[in-house]
Amino acid sequence: MTLYPMIWRMELSVDFDGLFILQHWQEFALAVWVTFKIGLVAIAGATGVGLLNAIILRYANKPLRLLIHGYIEVARNTPLLIQLFVIYFGLPEFGIRLSGEVSAWIAMIFLGGAYLTEIFRSGLQAVAESQLESARALGLSRWQQLRYVLIPQAWSISLPALFASYIFLLKETTVVSAVAVPEILYATTNYIALYYKTYEMLALMTLLYVAIFVPLSLALHRLEKRVQHAQFGY
Amino acid sequence: MHSSAIDFLMLSAPQLLRGLQQTVVIAASAIVVSTLGGLLFGVLRSLNIPFVSGVLRLYLELVRAVPLLVWLFVFFFGLPIALGLDLSSISCAILVFSLWGITEVGEVARGAIQSLPRGQQEAGLAIGLSRQQLYRYILLPQALRRLIPPTMNVYTRLIKTTSLSVLIGVTEVIKSGQQIIERTHESLLIYSALFVLYFLLCFPLSMMARQLELRWSHG
Repeated sequence: MTLYPMIWRMELSVDFDGLFILQHWQEFALAVWVTFKIGLVAIAGATGVGLLNAIILRYANKPLRLLIHGYIEVARNTPLLIQLFVIYFGLPEFGIRLSGEVSAWIAMIFLGGAYLTEIFRSGLQAVAESQLESARALGLSRWQQLRYVLIPQAWSISLPALFASYIFLLKETTVVSAVAVPEILYATTNYIALYYKTYEMLALMTLLYVAIFVPLSLALHRLEKRVQHAQFGY
Repeated sequence: MHSSAIDFLMLSAPQLLRGLQQTVVIAASAIVVSTLGGLLFGVLRSLNIPFVSGVLRLYLELVRAVPLLVWLFVFFFGLPIALGLDLSSISCAILVFSLWGITEVGEVARGAIQSLPRGQQEAGLAIGLSRQQLYRYILLPQALRRLIPPTMNVYTRLIKTTSLSVLIGVTEVIKSGQQIIERTHESLLIYSALFVLYFLLCFPLSMMARQLELRWSHG
C-alpha cells in the first residue's frame, strides 16, 4: 500500500499504449471473472442469510430476535474494509488462517446479509394480512404458508430493493482488492505498479466497470418501472 | 492476558487518536460539502430546468456508473497526469467523497421536495409567491423533515467510506493502526479496536436517524 505514492511520481508515459491492453487481455478477463465470482458468491450467501434471518425475525422468540437485530446494527455500522481486515489479519491469531478470497466471501456475506435481512423483513411485512388469513383458512401448515404464499409475494415486492442491493454488493467487491484478491481493481493497481501503464490501466478499469454497471443500473430502472405498473394494475 | 490487552490498547490510543483526527477531518469536510452541495443539487433537480437538469443527471449517472473506490484511484492516479495537478492524498479523498456525497444527499433532497403534495406548490404560486419565496417558506421547511433522517444515513455511509482513503495512502485511523501492527504484530486487537471505534462513530448517528424518522412519520 505504501507503493502507491511512489508509482505516482515515477509515472512518465503520456502516450496511450492500446497494444498493451490487447497483449494482456487474458489477465483482465480473469480479473473480471474473479470480480463476478466473488460478487455472485456474496449475493447468493447474503440472500440465504437474509431470507433465513427475516423468517427467524418473524417467528422466533425475543432473545433470538435481539441477536439478529444486534448483528444487523454491527454489520451496517462498520466499514467492509475493517470487517475484512479483522477476518483476514485478525483471525489467524486464533489459528484460523483464511485465504484472501475466502475472507472476502465471509466479509461480504456478513455485510450483505444484514442489508438483505432488512429488505426481506419489510417484504414479508408488506404481504397483505388477508393472504395469510386465507392461507390459514385453507389449512396450510406454517411451512406451506411460507413456501407458497408469503415468500413468493414478499420476493416480488422486494425485487427492486433486492436488485439494488445486489448492484451495491457487486460494487463493494472493489474493496476486497485490499487483501490481494485479484479482481479488476487489484489487477489494475498491480499492472500500474509493474509496468507504469497508468493511463491505459485506469482507462481500461473504468471502461470495464462502466460496461458492467451501466447495463445493470438500466435494468434496475426498468425493473422499478415494471413493479410500479404491477402495483397500479393491482 | 486481559489486563495486558487493555494496557496495550491504552498505550496505542494516542497514535490511534492522531489517525482518528485525519479520519474526522475527511469525514467532516465531505459531510459539509455534501450537505451544501447536495441541497443545491436537489433544489436544482427539482426545478426541472431543461439544460441544467440534463447536466446534473449526467453527473449523477457518471458518479454512480463506477464503484467509489474506482473513482478514488482514478482521481488519485489520473489527476496528476491529466491536469498536472499534484493533489495530496487527503485532498483527493475529500474531493472524491464530496463529489459522491453531493449526489447522495442531492437525490435525498430531490426526493423529499418532490414527495410533497403538489397542492403545496400550487397554493404557494396561487397566492403570488415568487419561486424563491415558494422554496424558502413553503417547500424547504416541509421537505426538511423528510430529508434529515435519510441524510443522516448518508453521513454514516460517508464515515464508513472514509476507511477507503487508507488505500491511497492517507494516514488516517486505519493507517495508524497498521503502523502499530507493524511494530507489535497485535493485528487482532488493533483491528477489533478499529471495528469498535467505527461502530461507536456510526451507530449513534443511525439510531438517531431511525428515531427521527419514527417521530416525524406521524407528523
